[in-house]
Amino acid sequence: MLNINCPYCGDRSQKEFAYGGDGTVKRPELNKEVSDEKWNEFVYLRKSPRGKHIELWHHIAGCRQWFKVQRDTVTHEIFKTAKMNEEIK
Amino acid sequence: MQKYSIFSLIKNAFSNHEKWDLAWKDPSPKKEYDVVIIGGGGHGLATAYYLAKEHKITNVAIIEKGWIGGGNIGRNTTIIRSNFMYDDNARFNEFGMNLWRNMSQELNFNVMFSPRGIINLAHSDAQMNAYARRGNSMRLNGIDAVLLDREEIKKIIPMADFSEDVRYPIFGGLAQPSAGTARHDAVAWGYARQADSMGVDIIQNCEVTGFDVSGGKIQGVRTSRGDIKTKKIGLCVAGSTNVLAEKLNITLPIETHLLQACVSEPVKPVLDGVVTFGAGHFYISQSDKGEMVMGGDLDGYNSYAQKGNLPTIQHVLTGGIALFPFLSRLKMLRTWGGIMDMSMDGSPIIDKTHIDGLYLNCGWCYGGFKSVPSSGWTFAHTIAQDRVHELNEGFSLNRFSKGYLLDEKGLGTKTWIS
Repeated sequence: MLNINCPYCGDRSQKEFAYGGDGTVKRPELNKEVSDEKWNEFVYLRKSPRGKHIELWHHIAGCRQWFKVQRDTVTHEIFKTAKMNEEIK
Repeated sequence: MQKYSIFSLIKNAFSNHEKWDLAWKDPSPKKEYDVVIIGGGGHGLATAYYLAKEHKITNVAIIEKGWIGGGNIGRNTTIIRSNFMYDDNARFNEFGMNLWRNMSQELNFNVMFSPRGIINLAHSDAQMNAYARRGNSMRLNGIDAVLLDREEIKKIIPMADFSEDVRYPIFGGLAQPSAGTARHDAVAWGYARQADSMGVDIIQNCEVTGFDVSGGKIQGVRTSRGDIKTKKIGLCVAGSTNVLAEKLNITLPIETHLLQACVSEPVKPVLDGVVTFGAGHFYISQSDKGEMVMGGDLDGYNSYAQKGNLPTIQHVLTGGIALFPFLSRLKMLRTWGGIMDMSMDGSPIIDKTHIDGLYLNCGWCYGGFKSVPSSGWTFAHTIAQDRVHELNEGFSLNRFSKGYLLDEKGLGTKTWIS
């Protein structure tokens, strides 16, 4: 069981959250010509690192906010959580 | 190579079974090979076997970080099926079904292939319609499919909960009677033993640390047991695909996720085939030893842990007990996990890459075990001939950027919910 520190509500059990995937993927800029290659990168290509991973979680059974989590994909240790407008370095 | 038979069994009984030959050797890596297969799991071993048998390429090494059969080939729930709707998936897996049927004879190793049938349960009229459509597609590809109604299902699994006031009442289901199970360890060992006898080097405890690429061509591979020169590398490392791809500066449409399975204590025969309860995120079969073999969903977040967390097991078994209430009385024997190379459309990739001499075999999601023979066969062809076979041309790497997805389940790119 993961314990996730929601930046809005504090430490809660994994059961309250839904996973949202890789948090480092950037959507191509709106209203600009986007090449097929860029769309492919955005929609399909993922680094899926073994180790530290920045990902999105949704506190779906709580405050319903999306936020970022930096977690180790081998040990599941959670290093940091941050609001969507904050950077995790 | 010593042939396994009733006679060799009797002969060896006289020497207390102490004089059997080793099933495969434990060689040190040579300086150079024609082909190096990375990953000594089912797919890697089968690929090496078919390279030697079908293409007469025997100067081959299989490099395995751990030991043969220690990864997903020894962690799956042994289900073999070809109940796919899309042509590319259906033809590929039905080709594999024919290899499964002859595998024990061909490998001289009893893989205990048991075509006991699979049933996918349906819980609404809409789902019955969808299954009728899938069944028809399967039959057009020569695969046996039978649409069963509620009463027919009741005859096959009378111990399921057939009450009408449950959340997911059983409306019927789609069966593939020729689907089944096999003994997964025997598949690895059978392929390893035959590949070894034809001259393939199986090198265990040998970790890949890097690649030697120059001029856009593979020149060799660096390992914890020294550098090996080769012009062709086949990558069959399932959940570790992204880790090795990173060393090659390749980003793939794949995420690594954890899938758990579990078995109960052994009980007397109660379930003769495989039953999937998709609505409850649960599937089950009974092993020949009597254990109920169960599985369900991914843990739901990227993971390389090879062991899972309890909430998923609880979720899977909650669904299991809803379908088969008797399961609540069974004790759990063990649970385990394996790491899956989840592709973005749920279908595999067997293809060449932009690096000359680098061949990719990955994206097996949940379905790696059943595809061991067909994957090995087509991957060997792709490596030996340097072009894809018509059976795996749909499993191309560029299908994502081109828009030719094989999204069998229609779940899109959220690999963690598939």
